[in-house]
Amino acid sequence: MASRVDALYIFLLIVTGMMTLLIFVCLVYFAARFRYRPGIPAEQIEGSTALEITWSTIPFLIFMVIFAWGAVVYFKERTPPADSTEVYVVAKQWMWKLEHAEGQREMNELHVPVGRDVKMIMTSQDVIHSFFVPAFRIKQDVVPGRYTVAWFRATKPGVYHLFCAEYCGTQHSGMVGSIVVQEPAQYEAWMNGGSTGPLSATGEKVFSELGCATCHRNDAQGRGPSLQGVFGKPVQLDDGRTVTADENYLRECILDPGAKRVKGFQPIMPTFQGLVSEEQVNALVAYIKSISAAKPGEAGKASASTAAPKAEQNGSKVQ
Amino acid sequence: MSMPTSMPQPDGRENYLNKHYGVWSWLLTTDHKRIALLYLISITFFFFIGGFFALLIRLELLTPAGDLVQADTYNKLFSMHGIVMIFFFLVPSIPAVLGNFLVPLMIGAKDLAFPRINLLSWYLYIIGGALMVHCMLTGGVDTGWTFYAPFSTNFSNTKVVEAGIAVFIAGFSSILTGLNFVVTIHRMRAPGMTWSRLPLFIWAHYATSIIQLLGTPVLAITLTLVAAERALHLGIFDPKLGGDPILFQHLFWFYSHPAVYIMILPAMGVVTEIIACFSRKRIFGYSFVAFSSIAIAVFGFLVWAHHMFVAGTSVYAALVFSLLSYAVAVPSAIKVFNWTATLYKGSIHYDAPMLYAFGFLGLFTIGGLTGLFLAALGIDVHVTDTYFVVAHFHYIMVGGAVMGYLGGMHFWWPKISGKLYPEGWARLAALIVFIGFNLTFFPQFLLGYLGMPRRYYDYSHMPEFQVLNVLSTAGATVLGVGYLLPMIYFLWSMRYGKPASDNPWNAAGLEWQTASPPTTFNFEQEPVVTWEAYNYDELDAPHNDAPRSEEVPVAR
Repeated sequence: MASRVDALYIFLLIVTGMMTLLIFVCLVYFAARFRYRPGIPAEQIEGSTALEITWSTIPFLIFMVIFAWGAVVYFKERTPPADSTEVYVVAKQWMWKLEHAEGQREMNELHVPVGRDVKMIMTSQDVIHSFFVPAFRIKQDVVPGRYTVAWFRATKPGVYHLFCAEYCGTQHSGMVGSIVVQEPAQYEAWMNGGSTGPLSATGEKVFSELGCATCHRNDAQGRGPSLQGVFGKPVQLDDGRTVTADENYLRECILDPGAKRVKGFQPIMPTFQGLVSEEQVNALVAYIKSISAAKPGEAGKASASTAAPKAEQNGSKVQ
Repeated sequence: MSMPTSMPQPDGRENYLNKHYGVWSWLLTTDHKRIALLYLISITFFFFIGGFFALLIRLELLTPAGDLVQADTYNKLFSMHGIVMIFFFLVPSIPAVLGNFLVPLMIGAKDLAFPRINLLSWYLYIIGGALMVHCMLTGGVDTGWTFYAPFSTNFSNTKVVEAGIAVFIAGFSSILTGLNFVVTIHRMRAPGMTWSRLPLFIWAHYATSIIQLLGTPVLAITLTLVAAERALHLGIFDPKLGGDPILFQHLFWFYSHPAVYIMILPAMGVVTEIIACFSRKRIFGYSFVAFSSIAIAVFGFLVWAHHMFVAGTSVYAALVFSLLSYAVAVPSAIKVFNWTATLYKGSIHYDAPMLYAFGFLGLFTIGGLTGLFLAALGIDVHVTDTYFVVAHFHYIMVGGAVMGYLGGMHFWWPKISGKLYPEGWARLAALIVFIGFNLTFFPQFLLGYLGMPRRYYDYSHMPEFQVLNVLSTAGATVLGVGYLLPMIYFLWSMRYGKPASDNPWNAAGLEWQTASPPTTFNFEQEPVVTWEAYNYDELDAPHNDAPRSEEVPVAR
């Protein structure tokens, strides 16, 4: 990612450098060449439509190249590859809490293996923060009340700055951490030390503790829709709309169940706003994603392809 | 340029300054020129407060550790620096001082259309300003000038509501100024002063006024919502109550992006006048420069979400706003090219106003071109919310707007005060400002690309940023000197300066055809315009010693 951004940056430096040079050379040359000399009056020139059109069109065309290039880079930045490793991030004044889908929890530090795509599913407990890793050229605001997503692939082992880039109060400048990029073997060793089990397992526990299973039964006979295989698939809503059951949708259904109710079900689910922590919401989302991947046969292809490999990894790691 | 082209006027002639004396003759005046001076004094006060905050910020950043002030104090310093500089200095600066003084003079009117509303707008500004000073003295505010929710609505325990009300009130001052200008420019032009004969300064102010009228109410609404959310927990921005914090950003930038054009368009107007006068030429491409101001005002309303590319908005929205941001860059580029072309085959003088105009051209070009970086989606992600952005908007708003303001103050000072400022000192100050400015802000572009986030009180985790920060702080002290100098010699010239002739620059424009300083009603008789704008060929014609056709008595 960094090299893609830098390539565009260098292109822009060259283009704007040439524009600056052109203007400055004209300014300096005109200023010197046409300085006041007694007896030589200024020559009045009305203007030139041809020139105006030229110097509007050429910059505009150049701008369009920059625009298109910038848009391509941005789309890559904003589209995590399907088989990324997932990390749930909860920001709060003034720290970063990071939880790997595999189960490791970290504070202000994120260990990742070199060469793997890492997708961060982020939310904030309080104000807006921003996840900024200058070395990877990525930044994404972390907003309370919803998930935002960022991803990167580290290419060189090392320790990189993690900054909060959105002003968030007193210790904003103390909300810094590091991304520790390790060789895969090192990373595996780190991951195996002190893991609490996969996040989806935690989610399963929360799911049963909160009694979700009494309504969300798997046999489609419950008062709530079955959650088996729902992730990543389109959902028909009661008001006629269709939405994709992504992370943000699952999150919203837990915290504001009335907002996007599934077709054919009564508005009887209570809100869990304030009853579950951000970490528990993350765990629940991870759990629902894992049961969507469990039956690759009937589950939607989209969900299967994103979550299946992870579920297997998780499975092999539980005990 | 040889300064006085005609004999200085004998002292004691009645003018707007000496017609009445006493405090009340100022505080109850409806003379646009006196109100301009009231604004000049008040915005200068706020400029130096904001500048003092900036100096403390730069001193804190001299070392990586947070050692000069507390973290909370630092956060208040940059917040109040922004609020004071934007709402109490930059937005009113050129329109309320130079615009107030010059719009009626330039179009040949006795005053603005609504003189009492003009005075009311100053009082609103003062009430807002007094409230802001009270807010600063009793604890201040720490939300940044951007007041982002939910920090401002649910978390900050500083005086957010009071600062919001102060800005709210000052906003109405800005709306009324814009309203006054629009009506005045439409209704009060002298006979013969057609739209195509208007000085481009007027076109720029017309465009600015449109933004003030249409944009500022949205800011007022937004701040009202913040106050309401804080007091009543309505759930507009608070996600816990079903609100959306990103909605705040849309509302805020809907005003605050066009506000940048409120600051830069008048400066463009000033620079246009200066370049024409000191090149002794009609502006190249008059109508393109005029309409580009309007284009900027219109397109300026359609780019607000380019402040939000990483805020969590959709990628498709980002695409649209990136594209439109490039569209708004075109009229700005047109202006720069036309100014440059105006110099071609000119007869260029290097008086202080022209030095400021050259400074403006250089700094605005750099500021504008770095905007291309920020409008490029892929790059914005990396550099937004870093010092790159800080450097970029200071190049526009300080390099551009303040350079234009100072250039204008020098250009029209003889008209405003009736006195000449010391030219040598003024050229020196222009040079110091230019050098100080670049030394302060250029290193910040590098800091930003290296990844230093803005609004950081303490950077002890990344001491590698110190060298560039030291350079920037050094530049800030130079810049401070550069800004103090004009204030000192302007004040000095009021008492000791040589008297100015009516038209010391031999400049085109109706404002130069009346006395320096003008009388209360500007012209002894209503002027009739029979010539095009920037008729420097006539002014410089070898045997043009006939009196200009000013104040030709004509029956309406």
